[in-house]
Amino acid sequence: MGYRVKAEVMDASAIDRALTRIAHEILESNKGADNIALAGILTRGAFVAQRLAERIKRIEGADVPVGSIDISFYRDDLATRINPEVHRTDIPFDVEGRDVILVDDVLYTGRTIRAAMDAIMDYGRPCSVQLAVLVDRGHRELPIRADYVGKNVPTSRRERVKVTVVEHDDADSAVILEQTEGDV
Amino acid sequence: MALLLKGGRVIDPEVGLDAVCDVLIRDGVIVEIGTDLKMAKGETVDCAEKIVLPGLVDVHTHLREPGQEYKETIASGTRAAAHGGFTAVCAMPNTDPVCDTGSKVRFIVERASDAGVVRVHPIGAVTKGQKGEGLAEIGDMLGEGAVAFSDDGHPIASAGMTRVAMDYLKGFGATLISHAEEAELSGGGVVNEGVVSTRLGLPGWPSAAEEVMVARDIRLAELTGCRLHLAHLSTARSVQLVREAKARGIAVTCEVTPHHLFLDEDGLLGYDTNLKMNPPLRTAEDRAALIEAVVDGTVDCIATDHAPHAPHEKELEFELAPFGTTGLETALSLVNTHLVATEKLSWADVARLMAHGPRAALGLPAVTLEAGITADITIVDPEARVEVTREWFYSNSCNSAFLGNKLLGKASDVLIGGYFALRNGKVVE
Amino acid sequence: MLSCKHIMTMDDLTPEDIVTILDTADSFKEVNERRIKKLPTLRGRTVVNLFLEPSTRTRTSFEIAAKRLSADGLNFTASASATVKGESLRDTAATLSAMACDLVVVRHKYAGAPQMLAECMDAHIVNGGDGVNQHPTQALLDLFTMREKLGHLEGLTVGIVGDICHSRVAGSLVPALRKVGARPIIIAPKMLMPARPDILGAEVAYSLDEVLPELDVAYMLRVQFERAAQMPFPSNREYARFYGMNAARLGSAKPGMIVMHPGPMNRGVEISSEVADSPRSHVLDQVNAGVAVRMAVMYLLLGGADSGAAA
Repeated sequence: MGYRVKAEVMDASAIDRALTRIAHEILESNKGADNIALAGILTRGAFVAQRLAERIKRIEGADVPVGSIDISFYRDDLATRINPEVHRTDIPFDVEGRDVILVDDVLYTGRTIRAAMDAIMDYGRPCSVQLAVLVDRGHRELPIRADYVGKNVPTSRRERVKVTVVEHDDADSAVILEQTEGDV
Repeated sequence: MALLLKGGRVIDPEVGLDAVCDVLIRDGVIVEIGTDLKMAKGETVDCAEKIVLPGLVDVHTHLREPGQEYKETIASGTRAAAHGGFTAVCAMPNTDPVCDTGSKVRFIVERASDAGVVRVHPIGAVTKGQKGEGLAEIGDMLGEGAVAFSDDGHPIASAGMTRVAMDYLKGFGATLISHAEEAELSGGGVVNEGVVSTRLGLPGWPSAAEEVMVARDIRLAELTGCRLHLAHLSTARSVQLVREAKARGIAVTCEVTPHHLFLDEDGLLGYDTNLKMNPPLRTAEDRAALIEAVVDGTVDCIATDHAPHAPHEKELEFELAPFGTTGLETALSLVNTHLVATEKLSWADVARLMAHGPRAALGLPAVTLEAGITADITIVDPEARVEVTREWFYSNSCNSAFLGNKLLGKASDVLIGGYFALRNGKVVE
Repeated sequence: MLSCKHIMTMDDLTPEDIVTILDTADSFKEVNERRIKKLPTLRGRTVVNLFLEPSTRTRTSFEIAAKRLSADGLNFTASASATVKGESLRDTAATLSAMACDLVVVRHKYAGAPQMLAECMDAHIVNGGDGVNQHPTQALLDLFTMREKLGHLEGLTVGIVGDICHSRVAGSLVPALRKVGARPIIIAPKMLMPARPDILGAEVAYSLDEVLPELDVAYMLRVQFERAAQMPFPSNREYARFYGMNAARLGSAKPGMIVMHPGPMNRGVEISSEVADSPRSHVLDQVNAGVAVRMAVMYLLLGGADSGAAA
């Protein structure tokens, strides 16, 4: 199946502004950085979490612990697909009693977030779990919503949303891809 | 009753015969061999394009009766023999109970005359119960029809016991058949020691375990003057030892089996228990040496070591499954496919290796194609196509190492005393 | 995803498969360090430990691995099983197959048992040790431990010392090392060598002291007293003198050489207590790696659309 770019929904500067805003919102709703920790969902969520931590440090001067989560082992669709590349989950902070903010690039069905919540719970009992995403494209299949959203983007199920980050890809952007006709 | 075998290629090296001609049989005896023979009244069998040979005999058959009738019976085993082109088989004594007395020999002789379709020559045990300790009643068994003696499957470990047995047998002019295996060396081995035992992680059975016993028994035959027949030789060194012994004039003969001639350990890629043999399949080099020994006359006979086993016994872990393959029904086709059709052997050689050689080894009366001789005859269709399938066997068991093989040539008819045991490829009931 | 359906011998695995298993095991090792050492990954899958030969450590390791992945694990051991009542392995396989198991770990006294099971059931088969033939998950956990401790596998010189011919561990470890580009040397008196060590692809040495300075890993095998028909060497003392790892030998080895042992150890025979309890010995790390590697094997075999018995 082929895809082509339908529209760019966020460019590098839009992403930059969104991250700054989210960092402020996180600090505001948690009344500072004292009890929070960020957990990015691999692969791109982890980079986004790293950047949020840098923003928070700039704003508040506080070092917020950042971890990364591989949700391969928590997926509910193991029978049909298996992640060929499993990474180590790295949670370098004590989850017990923390306000843990899950970070991902795109929020879609909510199944990934469900898996990530299960994973976090296996490390301890957090005070709260919150969710920050760059793009919310709708079509939830579980009762999950994001606390912090970079941009809400209406999409159809046939489309894909692709976020790239400079740390992993070649540029910061968020685009909608649509299927090319001939290959459907 | 008269029977005319018309127009076959009649071959018997013993009487210098190899010609397309007719064979006239009356009252079970050959009365004339020649061209354009006529008879007043009787049956004519068209043998055009076929090979007419003196009746084949297998000197190494496990008929399993008495005691293991679920594997084979005298009735089923002799039908398998006829199907494979044999007019006679020699039955090994490792039955349950072991055939080690005259009355047990008589049982086999009587069962064979009641239920058998080919001739059955019992082989008696050398030692009581094949335990290798005390001599069995050899003279009594000879009196009841035993033709030779062997502890096949249970090699006589003691050299002293073997010497005593050979001394005793010498007095009767009987042959000792040796299953050459030094059990402490082969101990627990299930495949050839070497590449395969290493690769499959199975206990090895080294060539040397056979060769030291071949050497021992040849030396004891030399000492005692007893006729020695070495069963199922499997290694290059073993046949070399026989070659040297024969050159020294020692009364030793030997057999090889079709599975050791046509299979080697390279075929053991998995754990197929139908390829579990005793002695085990050896290397490609050993196999080549065995074929060379067959061609140069060192080997006296091709014998099947027909060893039927039930599926529930063979379908076990490799180390637990019993040794052996059936062989009566595939031997002739295999020999034709691999040796005659490839021109390594002539049909006269086949007569030497499967009719005359084995009878001479055990001192059985010769069966030749000449007037005045009982008509035990094997007729071969050398162009017949055979696919070895479970359904194809007359044997009660189908543990053949050659399942799935496509072979060339097959016995079409077998005559025993002028009566058909096999007619047009089907066993006559 | 692995290239094979079963792991019966090291031949089933490509070098890429081995790397995939070790990398995945690395993630599971992290799980085993958590407070809650349990994942929902294999929920609803059935893993049978068919142990027809006594084994505590391997069975326990597979059992823990299955439990940590939330698979329904059940043990089918020799003493409790029907096989002692005369049921054939084929019938046992058919019975398990009828119960729709997804993966069977088999430990058996005889070589070739995993192949036999694979012939008569749909489940994935993992060889937990067959006779003196192979024990592939042990070799994988050994590779994992070597990679973890020494940083790489390619180019390592690994001396496997002792009872090679009765060792299914050596049967798998030698080909495993070859596949990852390491150099195995098997070191033993001749009667403890297999008939044709050359076909295994290992170098052969009869003297431990001669090759000791070259080794990055000294892998001490257990002397299997229970398998040898009789004591294959004059005495434990003499064996230890020529083939045992002790403090004096450590002194003439490379400073970074590590000592491994598949367990259970015969202290004072193939390994001295001093060495066994030293920081150079990684016996317990091997045990620890065993759970992670077996989790990885189960996860990789049972995950994905190709999982035959899953549906």
